[in-house]
Amino acid sequence: MRFGAAGGLGAAIVLTVIVAAAFAPWLSPYDPDALDVMARFAPPGTAHWLGTDQLGRDLLSRLLHGATVAVTVSGSAVLLALAAGTALGVLAAIAPSGVEVTVVAGLNVVSAFPSLVLALAVVAVFGPSDTVLVAMIALTLVPQFGKVAWAQTRALRQSPFLEAERVLGASPARIVLRHVLPNIAGPLIVLASMEIPAAITIEAGLSFIGLGVRPPLSSWGTLIYDGYAYLSDSAGPVVVASLALAVATLGFTLFGEALQRWADPRR
Amino acid sequence: MQAPLVRVATIVLTILSAMALLFLLTTLVPGDPATALLGPEASPAAAQQFRVEMGLDKPFLSRIGIFFGRLLMGNLGTDVLSGRPVLGVVLAAVPPTLALTAAAIGLSVLVSVPLGVVAALRPGSLLDHGLAGLSVTLIAIPGFVVAIGLLLVFSVWLDWLPVLGAGDGSFGDTARRLILPAVALAVGWIGFLARLVRTSMLEVLGQPYIRTARAYGLPARQVVYKYALKNALVPALAVLGLGVGRLLGGAVLIEIVFARPGLGRLMLDAINARNFPVLQGAVLMVVTLFVLANQVADMALGAIDPRTRK
Repeated sequence: MRFGAAGGLGAAIVLTVIVAAAFAPWLSPYDPDALDVMARFAPPGTAHWLGTDQLGRDLLSRLLHGATVAVTVSGSAVLLALAAGTALGVLAAIAPSGVEVTVVAGLNVVSAFPSLVLALAVVAVFGPSDTVLVAMIALTLVPQFGKVAWAQTRALRQSPFLEAERVLGASPARIVLRHVLPNIAGPLIVLASMEIPAAITIEAGLSFIGLGVRPPLSSWGTLIYDGYAYLSDSAGPVVVASLALAVATLGFTLFGEALQRWADPRR
Repeated sequence: MQAPLVRVATIVLTILSAMALLFLLTTLVPGDPATALLGPEASPAAAQQFRVEMGLDKPFLSRIGIFFGRLLMGNLGTDVLSGRPVLGVVLAAVPPTLALTAAAIGLSVLVSVPLGVVAALRPGSLLDHGLAGLSVTLIAIPGFVVAIGLLLVFSVWLDWLPVLGAGDGSFGDTARRLILPAVALAVGWIGFLARLVRTSMLEVLGQPYIRTARAYGLPARQVVYKYALKNALVPALAVLGLGVGRLLGGAVLIEIVFARPGLGRLMLDAINARNFPVLQGAVLMVVTLFVLANQVADMALGAIDPRTRK
């Protein structure tokens, strides 16, 4: 099956978000933190395309800078989870069974926590910070990568070409790097693309309750959090930021699913 | 179906491991845990009590013993703010969260099953494509964004339903205040289940026994809803247990949007007030509910589908 219309739409949204994230400082008409109290809650218009918030800050500029936060945080959290999960999964599959049982049990325990609840427990202990945020989003995603890497490597373990390598005296490091990783990379990359919207959602959710990114950074979740307190004055900021978040997560999801269908047409 | 003993052991082990993870977290705290977890404003007496309760004045190994010993006896510690036992505080927050989760599950099953069946009966049709697009949209949009949207439209702009809080406690009022949060929580799950029901329905409809039933001239309605749907619902049931966990996590944010009492609200307040014992108790409660729900779903699955019994 080809990428399809939905996949195309997803790819277009993903591209837009990434361009916005990369070029936010040049695309923004205003400084996202510049105050203009005379123009509080300005409706969308020629001066401010999407209006302003409770301090008169330009919403379009804040949205564009929020894209940078969303892409950076979710991207680094997913990469971290991909690396850690793959390492643990491959280790579990090639190590003695004692290690295997321990690693798999550990992955199961982490996934017994609903991801947001685990994130809350971590933030309560370490206090909110941007590093903790990325680390704990990664932590909630590690079990998924770990289990896929484990299952894929296990399926590969008995294959004749690995057997041949072993007989020829290849070191475990060579087998893992040259043969296992290239063979299990596909499903893991597809999974990574599917987890990006999940990571964006967790980050936005935590920022929405004030436990996500720290000032001066503000993510889309922060914009919703700020706007929510002034809902009776103006719904503008909440509507604009919620729509951006919804469209972005939808775009990344459509893109990920199209990627998955493309990589595995049987599904 | 697993032997009861194995099942109980799984539940106990998972909860014990979750406790171990929480314990591990507290040992990783930089600096003095009492100050870090209770905040700089905590009175020296409260900090000292916390140290004794958590066993922070004891060596590492005996701390592990104290931690598990206390938890296993149902002593979750003391609420730093009110001085009440944490267990009671946490238990009081369970019913509103359970009501919300149960309402969301019921709603999502009621809506998603007909959607999935309708889509599976006309695969490739415009309706099928439309429902597929709707499903992925419902799945992708974060639940708390849906919650805010519903709140804006139905409470603020249309003024149809009450906005915030748990209400005056009467049944009618409680139910009315449950509508929007339950819809918001159910939305993502509706999309997910509808897709699942569609896929498994398509699979079942292609089975020889369905063709036989059709060949015998049984009414289409009976074939679809009696013979096919029964089997097609098994995968949906299998993921419902998993769904409870995701819904419990989502309920945290929904409760905060609608200012509803419950475990989510309790956790957020505990974090903001640096009330670590309460947070720890609430997290353990959520994990316990999650593990129990998984096991109940697994048991139900075994009762319905003998093939899944081990």
